[in-house]
Amino acid sequence: MKPPPFDYLAPETLDEALDALAEHGYDAKVLAGGQSLIPLLNFRLAHPTVLVDVNRIGDLARIEENGGGLRLGALVRQATLERDPRVAECDPLLAEMIPWVAHPQIRNRGTLGGSLAHADPAAELPVWAVARGARLKLSSRQGERWVEAADFYVGLMTTALEPHEMVTEIEVPEMPAGSGWAFEEFARRHGDYALMGVAARITVDGDVCREARLVYMAAGETPTPAPEACRLLESEGLADAAIDRAAALAAEREIEPSPDIHAGVSFKRHLAAVLTRRALRRARDRAGAARAA
Amino acid sequence: MVRKRFETTVNGRRVEREAEPRLLLSDFLRHDLGLSGTHVGCEHGVCGACTVLVDGEAVRSCLMLAVQAEGRQLRTVEGLAEAAPPGGGEDRLHPLQEAFREAHALQCGFCTAGILMTMVPFLETHPDPDEPAIRRALSGNLCRCTGYQHIVQAVRLAAERMRTS
Repeated sequence: MKPPPFDYLAPETLDEALDALAEHGYDAKVLAGGQSLIPLLNFRLAHPTVLVDVNRIGDLARIEENGGGLRLGALVRQATLERDPRVAECDPLLAEMIPWVAHPQIRNRGTLGGSLAHADPAAELPVWAVARGARLKLSSRQGERWVEAADFYVGLMTTALEPHEMVTEIEVPEMPAGSGWAFEEFARRHGDYALMGVAARITVDGDVCREARLVYMAAGETPTPAPEACRLLESEGLADAAIDRAAALAAEREIEPSPDIHAGVSFKRHLAAVLTRRALRRARDRAGAARAA
Repeated sequence: MVRKRFETTVNGRRVEREAEPRLLLSDFLRHDLGLSGTHVGCEHGVCGACTVLVDGEAVRSCLMLAVQAEGRQLRTVEGLAEAAPPGGGEDRLHPLQEAFREAHALQCGFCTAGILMTMVPFLETHPDPDEPAIRRALSGNLCRCTGYQHIVQAVRLAAERMRTS
């Protein structure tokens, strides 16, 4: 339960960090909050020869409002997201999801970019990024590129990041007028990894559902969207009966949960249907309340 | 692997040491500084026994490298009680420690230091917490003896006394 030996670099600037990644590539790992990487080291599941500790790069910890949306530095701590009034204002879905991320002590260290790059399919933040249509800025010595969250997740714990790149910024658009949102999760105890969870986001115009997005956690190798169920909502609307049908469709056809010691597949599909119904009803009520206000 | 020199402050005392980068903060506190009040349970961030304060925030010391403490202010359970005044007397326990003793909030004591170090900053930001808030704040600390009931009572007792004192 002790990490294997590694060399340790603590650059003060992003350029120095990117130089280190360019030099060490596959052998290097970026150390941000360390709340996933250090357990992996302690278990010796990861054997980087160099750790590039980015915690001193203050520029990576900025939060900025951006035309009703947010630009978030990769090094912003989860506890900061939980407290920051701009997050509550511009991204109430994120504000709702953050308290579900692990425990307070973990959120004090854990970072947004770290969780997104770690790409655990049972984690909240990757699901948030896909549900919100976030874009991630990947930086390297060669420059930077922006990748849609949905394209960032390519497989189990696998992302579009090249070994010499790191996530430096996350951008989320403004929530459009008529937005509703909700997050629902079921875990055995609060803070445990979810058995199932879903983020729902809708845009309504009168009784019409203009856009729906459902993204599931612990439901496959990556954050798992349910496009068929969303199309059903967009064509049939958000009455209870349509919500019930969409929830059943997503739970039975569009997710691929794996059995584990706590729950089998049929129970997880059951959870998905129940949580989807709850999330969509709450999202619908919020969208209505926003319209009435 | 290259050892690294670093300087940090632990319970108000400046320390300068050299360590392998892979040394965990928890092991540094226990083995290098002899501060064995910080307990080590799971070593992968689940049990909360090793919680300490870094710049006033509760963090798991098994998930930080000792070298990352460079320039930080650390506080461990040893730093909670006030030392006896010169000339005699006894150390003065922190009000939360007092409340834990009175409310029987510990049995074996293994988790206690981590819980104290979690709840001290919590009480600073939540002077009058209700039970659900206390339980949420405790969610990252495992206790296998008490069933948490007495811990919650102790935290409420401490909060009440700290408000009125």
